[in-house]
Order: sequence, then structure tokens, then C-alpha cells
Amino acid sequence: MTTTEIPVDNGVNVEALLGVRAALADTPEIAQFQWRSTVSWVNGTHSRSDVETFYGFGDDQQHHTTFSYDVDHPLQFAAQDHGVTPVEYVLVALGGCLTAGVAAVAQQRSIQLRSVRATLTAEMDLHGILGADPDVRNGFSGVTVDYQIDADATAEAIRALVAQSQKRSAVYDILTSPTRVTVDVS
Amino acid sequence: MPNTTTVIVGAGHCGLAMSRCLAARSIDHVVLERGEIANSWHTQRWDSLRLLTPNWMTRLPGYAYRGANPDGYLGAGQVAAMLQEYADVSAAPILTGTTVTSVRAAGSGYVVRTDQGTWRTPTVVLASGAATMPAVPALACRVPPGITSVTPAGYRSPSQLPPGGVLVVGASASGVQLADELHRSGRPVTLTVGEHVRMPRTYRGRDILWWLDAAGVLDERYDEVDDLVRARKLPSMQLVGSPGRTVDLNALSSAGVRLVGRLAGIENGIAQFSGSLPNVCALADLKLGRLLDTIDTWAGARGERFAPTELPTTPLSLDLRSGEIATIVWATGYRPDLSWLDVPVFDRRRRVVHDGGVTAFPGLYLIGMPFLRRRKSSLIDGAAKDATELTMHLAGHLDGLAGHHGRNAS
Repeated sequence: MTTTEIPVDNGVNVEALLGVRAALADTPEIAQFQWRSTVSWVNGTHSRSDVETFYGFGDDQQHHTTFSYDVDHPLQFAAQDHGVTPVEYVLVALGGCLTAGVAAVAQQRSIQLRSVRATLTAEMDLHGILGADPDVRNGFSGVTVDYQIDADATAEAIRALVAQSQKRSAVYDILTSPTRVTVDVS
Repeated sequence: MPNTTTVIVGAGHCGLAMSRCLAARSIDHVVLERGEIANSWHTQRWDSLRLLTPNWMTRLPGYAYRGANPDGYLGAGQVAAMLQEYADVSAAPILTGTTVTSVRAAGSGYVVRTDQGTWRTPTVVLASGAATMPAVPALACRVPPGITSVTPAGYRSPSQLPPGGVLVVGASASGVQLADELHRSGRPVTLTVGEHVRMPRTYRGRDILWWLDAAGVLDERYDEVDDLVRARKLPSMQLVGSPGRTVDLNALSSAGVRLVGRLAGIENGIAQFSGSLPNVCALADLKLGRLLDTIDTWAGARGERFAPTELPTTPLSLDLRSGEIATIVWATGYRPDLSWLDVPVFDRRRRVVHDGGVTAFPGLYLIGMPFLRRRKSSLIDGAAKDATELTMHLAGHLDGLAGHHGRNAS
């Protein structure tokens, strides 16, 4: 009697990713991407941001629909809470980026994931953004990410998944390394 | 112009190993060396430097260390003397003081121009070394004036540096060794840490290199490894040639060296460090764990495991204009100098494209690069197998040329 091994499926098309990586050797320019969003003020601290198009793989590209996001501040800030704060979107981004990475690396390493959850926290001292203390930065003084992962692998292999995900994460890099930001007014 | 059958560029340990292998097959050749034999061991090593590998691992074709201290570690001067003796005993045909200015393809062979004359040859072996030029990052030009910058190639001893704080950039073997030495000289040391390879000096009572050698890790072949590009770029192991002494990040921070993240930028005189330090340490700890598991699987039973790298909250920036830092040591790696190689064997990033040392140009070979053919290619002990195998390939190529000429002549 033969046993059939159920193939690992975390839903990640690793072959496609590796295919892109291989194509880069001949056409490195296809790797140049430009991500875009637009933002329009609504009222008070409330604005709405749309994401639809991006540039990559040598051409203009589009999401299958326009995604819209409300950005606001909470009632505790004397605002209207029409959407989460910009800094909370950053945590959403980091969590999404690291978790996608965990899934991709798990697929590549043939590790079946059953559940992956993380709690993200970011410390921030409002003296910064309120201009009340020049020694305090505007942004986060630290970010913690706590993963709980149930998967078909040893604890060490799971830790290695999470470590590898950070190593290849765009948002992790954006947060941990300096990034040039240029703001113009036309 | 003189002809020979093989020109070897560089009389370091790889060039000499290659010469020995060619001589064993009676292949007429010459070794061209711009300086003296083992040149870089005379000119580019700091005073206290010792090999990372124990003396019993100092092996070359037809040579092995036979001294009184097999578990010791040779100093730079001793390596140079050893290579000089090896060259003498081998009666290697070396021309010193001869700088290669260009290598070009010509017909079915090559023309090698030097400042002492030109050679025609059907085969060339590039043995000029992987570590000829320091690879200092572009952001080094943003260091404010008044700070002394030095690379490991130019560094000799603490007495050469001004007093005051030192920023060591890079936690490779050179980085951790110099951070340790400069800390012992009484200077406050800050070490920037990116991707690194953590190693204990000893494991289960033996030198870690004994395990890597015995368990076959060093014999891993280039065509068997998962990610060869990554394997060839691995930073050097965080080891020092000192019996029983481990210089990993825990050892350094216990001694008082301050650890910070990778140097990510310098803006308005402020050095910026990456916030990824906990992750690079976790990656290095996990990698070490996998290596020790590999050793245990080979040896049976389980040995000790090492405490995870401990990190306090570390600063993300340092004001280089404050006077806190007097010297920056750029332990940021090396690259080869192949500026004189005028054969289109390079990729977009100006790295020689090769298959285990065999380039796409028939008769043109490369030796002395990290993981050229095996993991041990990066070590002195790796030269013997690489030279033997490339000599076999070269001899086959020469036979092919002879056969071809034979057919044409008739």
C-alpha cells in the first residue's frame, strides 16, 4: 500500500514568484515598480485615499477595482473617527507584509500553515507630534509584533519562517531603514 | 614575445597551488606576481592577525603543517613565510615585481601584457585574489571631516589610531576582531551589525573548524547548494585565531562593546542605524542552531547550544559631529581587482561569470573566490582540490587544442 503525501498548500504561487526572479536576470528593468495612491481631504482630519493603478513589469497596471480608505483620528482627539489613524494603517501594512512573507516562505519550505495571527503594537509619545518637546520624535519609539503560528513544523522552523519574512519584507525595511521622502507643491 | 602554456596571475596560496598541480603534469607555465610572493600577507594584514583556521588545516598540494602547534593559529607573517617556503620547495616559476596590465583574447589563446613584457599563452588562470580592494560603501563620503577612516587592509595596530571612540562598521570576522582589539586598547567601541555568521570557537570540546571539516560541511559542492549566489556572499565567520576564545556578539557586548544596527545612512553628520538588529541576530542564532544540528546528526548525540544573542535597546543614530567618534573602521568587505581583465566574462555587477572556476572563454580559469567549487574554497585548505580539478580541466582543454591542431596539420 502506498501513502499519498498531501502537498503543502498555503495558497501561495511560489512558482510564479520564482519565475519572476529568474526573468530578472535577462530583463532586470521589469523589477522597477512604482506604487501610487491619491488622497483627498474630506473635512477636519478626515481624508479619503484611493488606490487603483501602479507601474511594474514594464507597464502600467491596475487593481481589479479601486480601493478606498478613510483616514481620520478618533473621538479622543476631538475628531470624528471616520477611519483609523495613519499610524494604525502603518501597523496594518506591517502586519500584512510580514504575514504574506510568512506564507510565501512556508510554501517554499513545504510547511503547511494552519493559522497565523499577530498582534502589533507601536509606542508613541505625543510630545513629538504636538511639538511640545523637541527631543521627542514624531513617530514610533518602537514597534512590537507578536506572532502565534500553528503549523506543521518545529518551533525553531516556525521562528525561522518569521525571521526570514522580516529579512525580505518591504514594510519592515521601510520602517527600519531611512527612506527618502520628497514632498512638493505644484 | 615569450610563449608559455599557462599564465597564472598572482602568487598567493591559490596561484602557488595551481603551479604545483600544473608542474605535476609537466605543463609549462609562469606565475606573474606584481609584488613579492604572498604579497597581501606582507602588505595588507594587521599586526595581531591570525588565521581563523587551526594550523592542522593549513594544507596545500604536497604540503601540510608539521610544526609543534597543530591546534594553534598562524600569524600573517608566518603565513607569508610558509608560502615563501612552499614556493621555494616547489621551485615554482614565479616572476615577482611583474604587474599584469591586460589580459586579452587572441586567436585560440590569450595575450598577457605586463610592465615587464608580454606573454602569449593558450591558458590563463586568474589567481589574483578575492580580497584585493576594500569595498567601502558610498556613504563613507558623507562622514564629517575630522574623523579618521581606515579599512582592515590599511589597519596595523591600535597605536596607529587617534585616541577616542571607534565606530566599527560590519560584524564580519575582521569587524569583531578589530572591535575586540580596539576595545582592549581602552577605546569605547560601537559595532554596527547587519547580516553575520555567528560561530563558537569550540563545540563539544573541539575546534568548530574540526567539525566543519569532519562532518563534510566544508566539502559541500557549488552545484549542490540551494542558493549559490547567497552562499558566495556570506560574510566571514565571527571567529578569531585564539585558542578557546569566542568573539560572538554576546562576548563582545559582555566585554563592553556597544552593538547597533547596520549602518543605513549618514544624514547631516548623523549616522543612522537600521532597526533590524534583533532580526539579524535572530537569523544568525537560527543559522548557528541549524549548523550544530547538522553536526549532531553526523556525530550522533546532542551537544551544547549557545544563548541567544542578547540585545538591550540600542540607539538608532549617532552624531558623528559630536566628537564621540574619532575613528571609523570600515570592515565592510572586499572585492577583487580585475580591472586589467579585458575579456568579456563579467556580468552586470562586474562579477566574473564562471562554472566552478571555468569561464565561458575556453582556457580562461578563475581560482581563489569564495565557494568557487566548495564551501572550503574560501579557505587556504580549499585551494588543493580547486587547483587539482581546474588543472584537470585545463589539461583536457590543452589536449583538445593539440588534437585540433594535429588534425589541421595533416
